[in-house]
Amino acid sequence: MSADLRHTPLHDLHVELGAKMMPFAGYEMPVNYPDGILAEHRQCRQAAALFDVSHMGQLRLKGDDAARALETLTPMDVVDLGVNKQRYALFTNSQGGLLDDLMITRRESDLLLIVNAACKDADVRHLVTHIGQRCTVVAMPERALLALQGPKAVMALSRLNAEIAPLTFMTGGAFRLAGVDCFVTRSGYTGEDGFEISVPADDAVVLAKTLLREPEVKPAGLGARDTLRLEAGLCLYGHDIDDKTTPIEAGLTWAIQKVRRPGGARAGRYPGAAAIEAQLATGTAIKRVGLVGLERVPVREGATIFDSHGHKLGHVTSGTIGPTVNKPIAMAYLAANHGSAHHEVYAEVRGNRYPMRVSAMPFSPHRYYRG
Amino acid sequence: MTTMFTPDHEWINIEDHEAAVVGITPHAQDALGDVVFVDLPEVGRTYKKGEVVGVVESVKAAADMYMPVEGEVVEVNEVLRKDPALVNRDPMGEGWFFKVHVTHMEQFDQLMDPPAYDALLKNL
Repeated sequence: MSADLRHTPLHDLHVELGAKMMPFAGYEMPVNYPDGILAEHRQCRQAAALFDVSHMGQLRLKGDDAARALETLTPMDVVDLGVNKQRYALFTNSQGGLLDDLMITRRESDLLLIVNAACKDADVRHLVTHIGQRCTVVAMPERALLALQGPKAVMALSRLNAEIAPLTFMTGGAFRLAGVDCFVTRSGYTGEDGFEISVPADDAVVLAKTLLREPEVKPAGLGARDTLRLEAGLCLYGHDIDDKTTPIEAGLTWAIQKVRRPGGARAGRYPGAAAIEAQLATGTAIKRVGLVGLERVPVREGATIFDSHGHKLGHVTSGTIGPTVNKPIAMAYLAANHGSAHHEVYAEVRGNRYPMRVSAMPFSPHRYYRG
Repeated sequence: MTTMFTPDHEWINIEDHEAAVVGITPHAQDALGDVVFVDLPEVGRTYKKGEVVGVVESVKAAADMYMPVEGEVVEVNEVLRKDPALVNRDPMGEGWFFKVHVTHMEQFDQLMDPPAYDALLKNL
């Protein structure tokens, strides 16, 4: 394995647990453990799975003007986000394309941002360049990030600290777990109920081992994380969304709060607002859709989609056989007039065309805890 | 009964003088992970050595399967279409892919014998 790959604080634990390690976003990360991706996927849908997501970027924005400043880089409502509330957000470029997708949590004294591993250095530069005068941007390499996901995650984590149980989806707070001061949010990337736990790097192994001793919990790697998020209809940055796709094309219009849309009190004034507002008004030529295969052939990223007359409609950005739905599933960008539910299209795989149906997402229902 | 191996981590076993059985090695199935799909060759068709004859796909990845020796495919393992995970459970046995009528025995003899394949695995 290449020597210049970075390690998370849990690296040696992954190796000890028998993980298959692969390079991902500059890190050596576990793809799966000896049970394999399918078993880890099922573990997360049925009980609880522990993921190391310490490669992701954790940043803090400090200062009275931080929320207002951040709104100049994202079409989301940050100013009105309540304390301990979390929100999905997007960094846009001047064309309305996406620089990254992220989670923002307002804490008592700062904003906590969780960004993609592959984007984190660019995100820090972007923030410092554009709003570094208005707030302090602090990268947090001294923190690890664990995700405990699944319907029994709350049982397992409650045993460490019963006070986490009342948290609802997309809220967070500071909690002591296994003697360690952590910041916990009830959120994740699997479609299941669960938690993401920001923990000091030095204490991450102790916390992970404590969680793995709980009877409901087994480790899961990035392979299962990918199949889980795909079934949940959640975008993977760099695949389903990137600097060429806008939030409207990506079907992420829901993430733009009314207050930031035309007519809202703080409309516009973020990069690419003109392009995004034009698409909000008149629609887009392409849109992200879900596809379900009618034959049991996996349709993967890059596959071309055609209509029944052989006209090219678009391409697949993520795809696999969904372990829970037990069918081929994919996300694709299609000409918008072919993107309505139940529309039949054809995916080209190794020269053959296989029928797929446009399907609402998620493919597997979300099971978040909303209280 | 002789089993030989290819650098692409396939095995071929001459059962009798009529047909050889072909599959992927334990190393190959382990590297792929959970197999969820196989595309098998056409029965009755003759393939050249090195030609792509099928595909094996796991949740994460797809890998081509190559013809280890020239010959006509005489049978495919239909069970794999319904139960592709058999490749993980028994790669050298029940998880075989197809049978081929070998016409050029010298191509078979040129493949890796078990010690040579073991040496290849050790050097990966």
